[in-house]
Amino acid sequence: MARRAPHHAFGRWIYRGYVLMFFIYLAAPLVAAGLFAFNDSLFPSLPWQGFTLDWFFSDEEPKLGMFYDDRLLRGLRNSFLIGIAVASLSVLVGTCNAFLFERGVFPGKEFLYILMVLPLVIPGVILGISILVLASTVANGLEDRFDISLDLLRPGVFLVVMGQFAFITTITSLVIAARLRKFDYAMEEAALNLGASRARVLLTVTLPYLKPALIAAALVAFLVSFENFNTTLMLVGSDAPLTITMYDRMVKVGSTPVLNAVSLFLMIGSGFLALISIIVQRDKASRVEA
Amino acid sequence: MGSKDARRLFLILLFMPFALWIILLIALPNIGMFILSLQEKVGPRVYTYGIANYVEFVNEPIYWNTLLRTATISLLVTALTLLIGFPVAYYIAKIAKKQSKGALFLLCLIPLWVSDLVRAFGWILLLRETGVVSGALQWLGLIDQPVELLYNDVTVVIGLIYTVILFMIVPLVSTLDGMDDSLVEAGFNLGGGRATVLRRIIIPYAMPGIVAGCIVVFMLTAGSYLTPILLGGKNSMWFTEQIYDQFITRYNWESGATFGVLLLVFTSAVVWLGLRLSGQTLAGTVAKS
Repeated sequence: MARRAPHHAFGRWIYRGYVLMFFIYLAAPLVAAGLFAFNDSLFPSLPWQGFTLDWFFSDEEPKLGMFYDDRLLRGLRNSFLIGIAVASLSVLVGTCNAFLFERGVFPGKEFLYILMVLPLVIPGVILGISILVLASTVANGLEDRFDISLDLLRPGVFLVVMGQFAFITTITSLVIAARLRKFDYAMEEAALNLGASRARVLLTVTLPYLKPALIAAALVAFLVSFENFNTTLMLVGSDAPLTITMYDRMVKVGSTPVLNAVSLFLMIGSGFLALISIIVQRDKASRVEA
Repeated sequence: MGSKDARRLFLILLFMPFALWIILLIALPNIGMFILSLQEKVGPRVYTYGIANYVEFVNEPIYWNTLLRTATISLLVTALTLLIGFPVAYYIAKIAKKQSKGALFLLCLIPLWVSDLVRAFGWILLLRETGVVSGALQWLGLIDQPVELLYNDVTVVIGLIYTVILFMIVPLVSTLDGMDDSLVEAGFNLGGGRATVLRRIIIPYAMPGIVAGCIVVFMLTAGSYLTPILLGGKNSMWFTEQIYDQFITRYNWESGATFGVLLLVFTSAVVWLGLRLSGQTLAGTVAKS
């Protein structure tokens, strides 16, 4: 191990200790959030009152479990629907963007590429309020001039989807473009030479090649949408997704372990999806970015 | 139709979704926000254009103090995140054995998949008066009364670092991973001490990763909302909270839009300065992370 050169055993132990401490720091709040879901108490805090599954499955107050809590379930459903919509839209547009920037030759490409990356560095709150401002201006204008009331442009699910889509599309574009960049043109050419039409080549050669990236991009988009808070907060209407419902409860009602149960549920769910996205991307060898 | 025309048509079709996305959801909203920030209310539903909202921002110390405070803490968090994250990234990229490397990297990513809200909630459970840390300290006999560890700046900084550190470690690991070990070896062989090798070889090599990480971390911190509010409490004085307040609580959209523009201009300026000083490009760095 020449690369470690002049290292002292003591220093190495300190280094390892530091890395270990770091991982404990990473894990601590997640473990706390998860464990208290099983505490048989009305508050998510010590002392430990014994093990219970009530915060998941109890159907009566005061320990209403998460699977019987209508507001939480509605939030979960809204989050799920929003996530699906955002994932499909952003993968669709992301795929177009990937082809546009990997294959297209057009003036101003570099500048437009910067525009494509930009949404990622705009703070989420600003993305939210700017879309809110535009949508409301248009909606007010329509109402004043033409007496048309367009509820779509008022805070609600549609605007939440648009707000999340606005920055998640950058993520999906980058993931899909990275895979497209490694594509071997010879494969397309071979298919063309064998007499396949362009559309056929796209459907039978290029898209199957992109499939792992498409699936991974969709999963990442879904997860980011599911856990988004900042942009959503500014655009949310009466159909609040889960993170907003949880936040309301945390701030206004005070927390009970049912929030821990939801947290644990979310951790397991997103861990599961993340695992799938990693397995799907496995054959991409040593790519480390998510 | 010739193949060239077909190609052009195809390109235009591909361009449509991109153009719609950027124009309708990024460009127009931000222009709209800017225009709104220039509107002054002179009567019910009567507006003129002017910079009164910006003047008000300058004249009201609590507003610009909040922005200043947000900026300082964000820069502090960025620096600390780099300081804390770099050794971890170096360990994962260069020192960990092949088998444990991937696992360690994945471990790093786990909190990334958990909502901000859950992470902040976890910290609340650990740090509040009836929380785990306070309990543990009492049990150990180090303190004899419950201690409130929430609602102070140190906690906010710890929570913010926690929220963003992964965005520092990921680009650092990917750049350090590409560094040839023989570079470091050569440095040592030529008589360089550890500090010299770190300063003259490792850090310059990792610069693209450092810049990428710092930019993303700074943006996320300055734009964060949940962590400062939940861990810092009512007096957290965070700028995004100010924006939310103007928009949703006071329904003063003109002033909220002004704050939005200011935050955007401020964060963009810092990012631009960072890129300028390090000689990197936005496309090159952000696309990497």
